[in-house]
Amino acid sequence: MTQLPTLNYAGDQGILVEFGDKIDVTLNDRVRNLMCLMEQSQEDWIVDLVPSYKSLLVIFNPTLSPRKHIENYIIELASNIDKSSESADRIIKIPTLYGSEFGMDLEFVASNSNLTTTEVISLHSQPNYRVFMIGFAPGFPYLGGLNQKLATPRLENPRLKIPAGSVGIADNQTGIYPNDSPGGWQLIGRTPLNLFDLSREKPSLLIAGDYIKFEPLENLDEYSAIQNEIKSNNYKLEISILDNQKTNEPESHE
Amino acid sequence: MNEKSITILEPGLLSSIQDIGRYGFQKYGVPVSGAMDSFALRSANVLVGNEMNDACIEMTVIGPSIKFNYGALISVTGGDLSIKINGEKVDRWSAINVEAGSVLTSDGIRDGMRAYLAISGGINVPVIMGSRSTYIPAAFGGYKGRPLMAGDELLIGDPNPKTSHIARTLPEELEPVHYGHSHIIRVVLGPQNKSFTTESINTFFDSRYVVSNNCDRTGYRLSGPQLKHQGNADIISDGTQIGSIQVPADGNPIILMSDRGPTGGYAKIGTVISTDLGLIAQSRPDDNLVFRQVSVKEAESAFLEQESILYSMDPNIFKNASDKVKSTLSKTSSSLSPYLENDQNKLDMTATAKLKGKTFSFGISIESN
Repeated sequence: MTQLPTLNYAGDQGILVEFGDKIDVTLNDRVRNLMCLMEQSQEDWIVDLVPSYKSLLVIFNPTLSPRKHIENYIIELASNIDKSSESADRIIKIPTLYGSEFGMDLEFVASNSNLTTTEVISLHSQPNYRVFMIGFAPGFPYLGGLNQKLATPRLENPRLKIPAGSVGIADNQTGIYPNDSPGGWQLIGRTPLNLFDLSREKPSLLIAGDYIKFEPLENLDEYSAIQNEIKSNNYKLEISILDNQKTNEPESHE
Repeated sequence: MNEKSITILEPGLLSSIQDIGRYGFQKYGVPVSGAMDSFALRSANVLVGNEMNDACIEMTVIGPSIKFNYGALISVTGGDLSIKINGEKVDRWSAINVEAGSVLTSDGIRDGMRAYLAISGGINVPVIMGSRSTYIPAAFGGYKGRPLMAGDELLIGDPNPKTSHIARTLPEELEPVHYGHSHIIRVVLGPQNKSFTTESINTFFDSRYVVSNNCDRTGYRLSGPQLKHQGNADIISDGTQIGSIQVPADGNPIILMSDRGPTGGYAKIGTVISTDLGLIAQSRPDDNLVFRQVSVKEAESAFLEQESILYSMDPNIFKNASDKVKSTLSKTSSSLSPYLENDQNKLDMTATAKLKGKTFSFGISIESN
């Protein structure tokens, strides 16, 4: 039986729908499924939906529906989410050039983990990482599934400018910077993909519930080739469907 | 110049183009942004016959100097930045006609923190992700993604002929006449009030907090009695709402405002009610805030009452609203009942009664349609 969520007040126009209190793929699936159902419903009182690890913030317009009605509506939808939405999980390939000036901290991460740089690349590009949510900055994915052997502390002095597409590690998390920004993550590579592009209808490449897999590139030529394809609009994203039967879901981390 | 445009002569301290905000893209990590004082922005729009969500200029502390390249119907709402037209002080919360070549100036803040300039037809900048609001940190929206600068020329949309000919003022009893320096702010507890000791929750509602120098469009940091968490100050990151009061481990509350990130990782003790967000937007460093706990029901009633004020300013807006809005708001406010009856005589009287005996080139008759 589906565990019903708890509803908490987020002011007079917000309801925080909470499915649990840990970072967990099953809870995150429920968040994603409830959001999908609500988006499909196109109810006029929905102002915005903000998904995160284990909760969905529903922002509504009280002139269009009383709170009590919305609360009942959410509970009813939530009691059906496990069986209703079997939307397939996408795995999006992220071509990444590891090392060199694109990943200037690769050697530090390797020595910190007592591994060779080849082993770091292999361990980092092996898992299907879960996108638990997008936040912090436009298009920034919070990923779950980093091999704990690769956990590395942040830089003591954050860099003033990290180029868009940089792939980094901070403690037990890995992530991709969608835009040029300051930051303290250990940089191990860079992808030519644009994670956030205002000219696209959906500006963010990724959305909560997606999986990504890093695909190591051999050399700068391959990186430049993809970059040129993206510029001329000829690049096709590689998307596959996650086979949920295999239990290769990332382990949750707290 | 025939084209409907305005030219920025001096930018003021921080002037940017805002509407009610960019909703629907928080799931991609995009902040809402939008007007800090949404009621003031929406009032400014209604006064000049705009849609409530049209783009205005949000002015901060010292307003800009602006030249009108055509005759326009405008309104100024929110804080008192001593706004003048051709050297003459303007009535805030009223529709005003300005002639081509007129210059708007500001002598700086007298009351509040932010003011809104609406121009009939709305400021016509590109719509990015459903909104014209400027999000300055990531440089998109508004005019070139940045605060206004000297020399910028902004195009203005076409006024709505059905609504822009009525010159309106906000009924005096409804104007926030004076913001002052002490504000009582109503708060709904939650969503993470259980992360705080009972004693700390009592302290929060018993004490006086002072707005620190760290207050901007992202959030207001407060100083005052520090709050204690039960266990950890950090939570598993979740969605933030405008008015969320988050408390990091140092125990000092921060009220999240328009440019907040869509998600955050600190426990939130409560949320400022929608109706009182304008008071936060209009408070400045060293102002005093006292928080009062209200039920979510009280918060909702306050909001619906404020909404009915906006709708009562213009019979056309109320007439064009959906049936749901009509039924919700007419239950809240008796002032809207003549509109609901759709009695044209009563409509004319209501609207005319709001004029302050000025002459307006757009005329004062109300179309019956």
